[in-house]
Formats: sequence, C-alpha cells, structure tokens
Amino acid sequence: MQTQERRTYQAVIGLEFHVHLATQTKMFCGCRVTYGEPPNTHTCPVCLGHPGALPVANEKAIELGVMAGLALNCDVSQRAVFARKNYFYPDLPKGYQISQFDEPICTGGYLDVPAGTPDGDETIRVGITRLHLEEDAAKNVHVGTSGRMHGSVGSLVDFNRGGTPLMEIVTEPDIPSPEAARATANYLKDILRAIGVSEADMEKGQLRCDANVSIRNPDGSFGTKTELKNMNSFRFVEKGIAAELARQQEILAGGGRVEQTTLHYDPETDEVHELRSKEFAHDYRYFPEPDLLPLELSRAYVREIGDRMPELPDAMRARFVGRYGLSPYDAGVLAADRELAAFYEEVAAEVDPKQASNWISGDFRALLNESGADLSGSKVTPGHMVELIRLVGNGKVSRSAARTVLAEVFKTGEGPSEVVEREGLGSVEADELDGVVDGVISSNPDEAERVRNGDKKVVGFLMGQVMKATRGNADGGRARELLLQKLSS
Amino acid sequence: MEDLLNLTAHGLSERITAGDASVREAAEAANGRVEEVDGDLNSFVTTTPELALERAGRVDGRLPGGGVKPWELVPIVVKDVLSTRGVRTTCGSKILEDFTPLYDASALANFGEEPVMVGKSNMDEFAMGSSTENSAYGPTRNPWDTGRVPGGSSGGSAAAVAAGEGWWALGTDTGGSVRQPAALCGIVGLKPTYGRVSRYGLISFGSSLDCIGPMTRDVKDSALLLQAIAGHDPRDSTSANVEVPDYLANLEDGVEGLRVGVVTELMDERIDAGVREVTSRVATGLEAAGAEVGEVSLPHAYYALEAYYIIAPAEVSSNLARFDGVRYGLRVPADGVHEMYRRTRERGFGAEAKRRIMLGTYALSSGYYDAYYAQAQKVRTKIIEDFRKAYARYDILVSPTSPSVAFEIGAKTDDPLAMYLQDICAVPASLAGVPAISVPGGLSESLPVGVQLMGDHFTEGMLLRAARAAERVADFGFSPRP
Repeated sequence: MQTQERRTYQAVIGLEFHVHLATQTKMFCGCRVTYGEPPNTHTCPVCLGHPGALPVANEKAIELGVMAGLALNCDVSQRAVFARKNYFYPDLPKGYQISQFDEPICTGGYLDVPAGTPDGDETIRVGITRLHLEEDAAKNVHVGTSGRMHGSVGSLVDFNRGGTPLMEIVTEPDIPSPEAARATANYLKDILRAIGVSEADMEKGQLRCDANVSIRNPDGSFGTKTELKNMNSFRFVEKGIAAELARQQEILAGGGRVEQTTLHYDPETDEVHELRSKEFAHDYRYFPEPDLLPLELSRAYVREIGDRMPELPDAMRARFVGRYGLSPYDAGVLAADRELAAFYEEVAAEVDPKQASNWISGDFRALLNESGADLSGSKVTPGHMVELIRLVGNGKVSRSAARTVLAEVFKTGEGPSEVVEREGLGSVEADELDGVVDGVISSNPDEAERVRNGDKKVVGFLMGQVMKATRGNADGGRARELLLQKLSS
Repeated sequence: MEDLLNLTAHGLSERITAGDASVREAAEAANGRVEEVDGDLNSFVTTTPELALERAGRVDGRLPGGGVKPWELVPIVVKDVLSTRGVRTTCGSKILEDFTPLYDASALANFGEEPVMVGKSNMDEFAMGSSTENSAYGPTRNPWDTGRVPGGSSGGSAAAVAAGEGWWALGTDTGGSVRQPAALCGIVGLKPTYGRVSRYGLISFGSSLDCIGPMTRDVKDSALLLQAIAGHDPRDSTSANVEVPDYLANLEDGVEGLRVGVVTELMDERIDAGVREVTSRVATGLEAAGAEVGEVSLPHAYYALEAYYIIAPAEVSSNLARFDGVRYGLRVPADGVHEMYRRTRERGFGAEAKRRIMLGTYALSSGYYDAYYAQAQKVRTKIIEDFRKAYARYDILVSPTSPSVAFEIGAKTDDPLAMYLQDICAVPASLAGVPAISVPGGLSESLPVGVQLMGDHFTEGMLLRAARAAERVADFGFSPRP
C-alpha cells in the first residue's frame, strides 16, 4: 500500500512596527515634522548632525510612548535609557541612531486582535515584547530610472524626515497566519489613531511593518526565521507573509533547510527577494547615549497620563453595543475611527441610533472613502445627518432620494431640506401617488390583468413604471401596497 | 599700548571701564602680539584680526549705554573645538579644514552676543592628546621654551595666554586638556563641574567627560570667565539646572578653617620629584595660611587612567562617526558610498584619532562590551565613591596637575602609552565629574609646575577661593613670555 506523507505547516509570525508619533516637532530638536515639503527645508544643526549639536528629548513623544504602552497593556518602565545604535549610512547624519536598547520605555504587553468574524467577538491575543522610542532616519532619494538604489546614477538625502519621533513595537511570535498579521497591523493602527498617538498612515510611511516568519518544526520547536521587509500596506503585510510562507514551505517540502536571512517583498511580482546579507551583518555597538539623561517616569506621571487617555476602540465598541444596540460588527466599524465615532454619537443622541449607524458607517463613509477626504474636511455636519434621517423617518424623502440628497450635501454643504427643495426630491404626496398608480394601471392593461390573475412577478414591472413616473421620489412600500390593493379584485 | 598686554583680564576690564583704554585698542594690542610671536609659537589655527576689531568697535559703541558685562571688554582666544558662527572650526583636523559652523557654542554666546575673538587656537586633533602635536596644523610651541610642548589638548589656548596673545582663553578638558597645558605653560586652568557649562557647540570627544573651562593669567580671571560662561542651557540635557553663584564674592576670603587633603596615590614615584616638591610646598603654604592639611586616599585612582582610556575612546569612536564626507567637511570622492567613507576618513583623520576610534570600537564591540566598557563604568563608579568619601573628610583635594614639566617636542610621539601617562593626575576628577583647577605653584628645571586643587560637585566658589590662596602662597606672578 502506498502511503503519502502529508505534513501540516504551522506558521509562526512576529511583527515589528515602526510608528511615527503625532508630535509637532522632531524627537531631539525643534524642527517641525512635515510630509511632502520641499527637501531639506526642515532641518537644523541637531538633525543634520552638525559638530557640537546636542539632542534634547521631546517630552510630547515620551508622553505618547507611555500612552501607547498603556493602550497595549504594557509595563511602563520607571527608568528608560536612550542608547546609540552605531552604523554608517548616508541617511544617518550622526553615524548613529538614538534609540533604546536594554532599558526601553515599555515592556510586556498584549493586544486582543479581533479575528474579523462578523459577530466580532473572537480575538487573537498577540503578546507585545517591547515598545521603545527612537528617531527616524532621513530619506535617501536614488536618482535614476528605477527609484531604487540598484542601478541608480546617484543618491541625494532629504533630511526633513530625519529625526522624526519613532516608536518601535515588537510583538511576540504569536500570530498564526498572514490574515491574522494583517488584522494585527490594522487593529494596532485603530488603537494608535484612537488615542491620538499616530496617524498611522501606511502610505505616508507613518506606520511601517516588518515580519519575522518561520514554520514550526514537526516536534513543535521554532523553525529558522527570516525577516521580511518593505510591506508598505496592510494588504502587502498579508500577501508578503503569505508569499514568504509559501517559499519556506516549498523549501521544506523539497527536503531543504530555510536559511536565516532578510528578504524584501516585491508587490509587483508578489515575490520575496533576498537582500544581500552582508549589508545587514552589523554589530551596532549599542551603548547608553551620554548626551541624554536616563528618563525617570514616576508612577504619578504614568497614572496622570492613564487618567486622561481617550477610550480605546474595544471599550468603545462594547459601549456602542450596550448603549445603542448596534451589532458588534457595526459598533466595531465606528469605534475604529475616533472622529467618525464622535460624529456618530452626536447624531445618535438625536435620532434612532441604528439608523444613524446605517447612514454613517454606510453611505457617509462610502462618500468619504470615494473622495479621499477626512471627516474633518467634510462639509456634512452631524446636524445635516440628523435632519436627513428625520426627513426619511417622516416619509418626506424616500431612502433612495435621501442618498442623492446626502451626496449633494457632501458636495455643497447645503442643508438637506434645501437640497430636497431645490432638486424636487421630496416624496410624492399620497393623493398624487394614487393618481400615478391609476395612470400606470390604465396604460399597462395587459400587465395589470396578469397581476389580477395572480402573476405577482409582474408587480415589479409596474413598480418600475411608478418610480419612473415619480422620478424615484415615491415611497416604494406605499406604491406597492397601492398597486396590490387596486389589482386585488 | 604695550602695557595693556601686561594686565590681567580683570585689570584690563577695569581700565576700559574707567575710560583709560578702549576695547578696540585692546584688540589691536592682541592682534599686534599675535603678529609678533605666533610665527614661532603657532598658537592659532585661524586668527580673526578684522573680526576682533569690528566687534571691539561695536562693544566700545555700546559702552556708554551701559549693560555691557565686564568680561565682554576683554578679547578672548577660543579653542578650535568650539563652534563659532561664520568662523571656520577645524578641531585641529584635516577632515574639518573648510568647515564653517552655523552657530556659536552656548558658552561663547553666554560670553557675548558678538564675542571679541582674537582667533581659534590650536589643539590636538579632536582634543585627543597631551602635547598639541596631534594637530593637522602643526604643533604649538611652549612660550617658556619653544623646543618644548605646551601640553594639550588645549595647548594653543595655553600658549596664547602665556605669550600674551590674548588675556584669556576658553579650553576644553576631557581628561586634563585644560589643566595640563595650563600647568605646562604657567597659567591657571579650570575644569568646572561636569554640567556647569553647556556643552552645546563643543565638538564632542568624550561626551560624558567634556567640560569647557577658563584658561587665564590668574585665579580672579578664572572666576570672572567662569561667571561669564556658566549656567543651565535647555539645548544641553546634561547641563545642570543649578544656580550660578557670584564666584568673585568670596574669592579673597582665604583658607582659614578649610580642610585640605593631599592625595597619596598622586604623590608617588610616577610623579617627578621636582613636581612633588612644588606641590608639597604649596600644601605647606596653605597650612600656614590657616587650612587644616592632611593626607587622603583615592584608592581607585590607580585604575582611573585605564578606565578613562576605555570610556573616552568608546564615546569618541561614536562621536566621530558623523565625519563621513556626506554633509560637510572633507570628502574624498570614490565609487560607491562605502569606499567614499573609507577614503575620506583615511585621509581626514590623523594617527591618534584613528587609534582612539579603533580602541573605542573594539571596547564597544559585541562580546567585548562587558569586559571593557561595562567594566570601565564600574571602575568609574568606584572612583566617584572614592571622591564622595574623601569629601566627607576634606573640602579640597590637592595633587600635582601633571607628572612632569613640559617635555621636548617629539619626545613622546612614538610612545602613546607614555603620552597617556601625562593624564594620570587629571583623569580621576574627570571621571568623577568634580571641578578641578591648576594653579602655577613654582618652577622645576626652570619650567612651570601646576598644582591641582579639586572640589566637590558645584563648589567652584570654594575651589576658586582655595586656588586664590594657593596662588598667593606660590607667588608665581605672571608676565607674557617670551
């Protein structure tokens, strides 16, 4: 008898995040943190590494680090030490990065990541090993066709980004799948945004994610891990890790061994490529940064920050379920976006909370996504939303017309009632609808007769004619009711 | 005008305040003296005669309006390790040959918005050395004997003051670089408490050790210059937020009742007999002036030099990494960035800088860190404890500043360890971060000998008072040489 050995591959994934902190100024100098400004316009002797310049730690960044640590259930250290990580690179003006090494600001937390099931209750617990503060490097711009270093004709350095406050968060290897890795990254983003620690926009490089990926040995021990870089969107986190797992599986299936290495995900080809390992064979010679004193974080200081911390997404979600009767899923969608949740609560205080949720997390969010606008930049106010939901509730506007109204309000910022008036989008009045229905019946005698004979399928056609005649402003339910009533005998 | 050069800084300041001379005349006198002697001495990497005259004129213009600080009236020499806005700052290195900073070091800015500066003084490259022979701009010569070194690394500042090319100077002291050249040139050199003077703009050598200090003709000038430059600076996290007292107020109060301990470990056979003799004589003099004088032990002082020569190179190996040819300073073009780094640093740094970078890189390397850097830090803690115990019993500690008088140019250049031994008396105070001052105590072999007095953290007031008493005891006197 032929036996076929089938091995199951169990993924072991740990993530390492780099997060730009939402401070006005850089980590160790007073230069503004900016995005997309002309190169080298936000620099000073400190962030250019000029001789004699010294760093001074940004208090706000430390506060945000503590907030993030508390949100991730970490222990906040009473003493944290900045350390120098020494290596040469043109984007590193001092020849070392000021980071934290053996005494980071936070250690030992966890994150209960929603597993993404529709009921929203299942979570995966992901351990947080450590969280520390550091400065970002500048940006190397490779001049040439590819935009990459390889094959470029020269390199320029933009120091605007250099010294941006950065938080590194390292997870335990608790993540079981590429999907869960994506969910973890996504949920971390939600939390960081909710507490105002970071905008965490992956496209702007405010949130960056590397992964350590391995496949568990048959005896349960960890396999050799590889480090995966350059996954610059949530989707690529999932796809990149999946690609690397597939590569490792193929090696193992062929009887080979996975080599410890650093890889680069190429979204164009959906493949991973090995980076020249020599480039990463560093001895960083960490030692305590003598230009900065150790941070002393008193219990009282940490408590004070904890006391004024905004509500975390999972607490908010639970509250929305309890208070407004939303499904965990709908509550989660709103709670994931702090501004949207605040908008929602203003509206829910005035009208039916479920209707409010449907409109805000549905149509309104779709409009925002389509236009790429922020909520703060949107012309729709909570007052507009209340007015619109009331118009629908009172039967003044049909649901479909209300969608058109919302789109118009979104565009112009006019009040919903004004839009209804100007565009003639008000619901057709009862006696008017009666006449329209009569007219449709008399001009479609064959179809009317078939309905009378019990062929309910044709009702849809007649409904369409009613809607056409009222330009969609008829209340669909009432029109159907009228049709059936008039054709029932 | 020649007589202006014979005045102390405070004497000159008083003369100008009284209206009997102008700042511009003082600057002219200094410029003339530089012209006369610096060809022989090489105290300066860069002289700034026009700048000095221009700024002197502006200070003179401000005088009638009041609000001009007494120190602003006295032209100053600035060690080339301090960042000076618009004036090239080389650190004695080829790698910064054409580097012009964007800002003034905080200590200098405290001295005055537009300091009347004679020039930038020569130094061992990146302040690493004890003879000013490690300068890319040639050695400085000792005004007492031009065949000898002025000490280092602030040898240019020391020689300039000793020769009257200026009234006073700023130096920097990481492991004796203010005190030892002051001793070898017969002037007063003060290393304040670590954190007393902002390091912002001081091009870092050993960040946890570096101090900016006055190099002056007498102790009163030292007090006046410290007054000018001391104070908390929000741009230097390691600068102390400790009030700056009036250092001149009690300067003449004497040593009556002060407890003075002579450090046993720094009076052994490693120190030349003539130097020990001068030191003992000054201690005896202090006793005669009313101090209670005894002997004190700093048991771990024997290990201070070893600890220092791990910690300082470790820090400098990292501090010098920024000189990479990318943004400023020397760049030797090459194919690829790594080759550019290699060639730039190969050509830009001198032998001693390279030696220290290698020592420090080794000490911090994975697998060696615990055995070297971490161990040296433990020794440093022991030395700090030694000082704490000593100050429980004594107010002031006394030792020689340097184990010998000025040695001949070239005598130690081939033997780095012999050169490093020049620092044995100076490094304990550096590692402990306590203030220490070198005062001329007398002559040995017809050359000046410095006596070192050390105080507890932030007791510069008392230290200066004791130093003033020692100065009176020694009765060394000052006149520009040669």
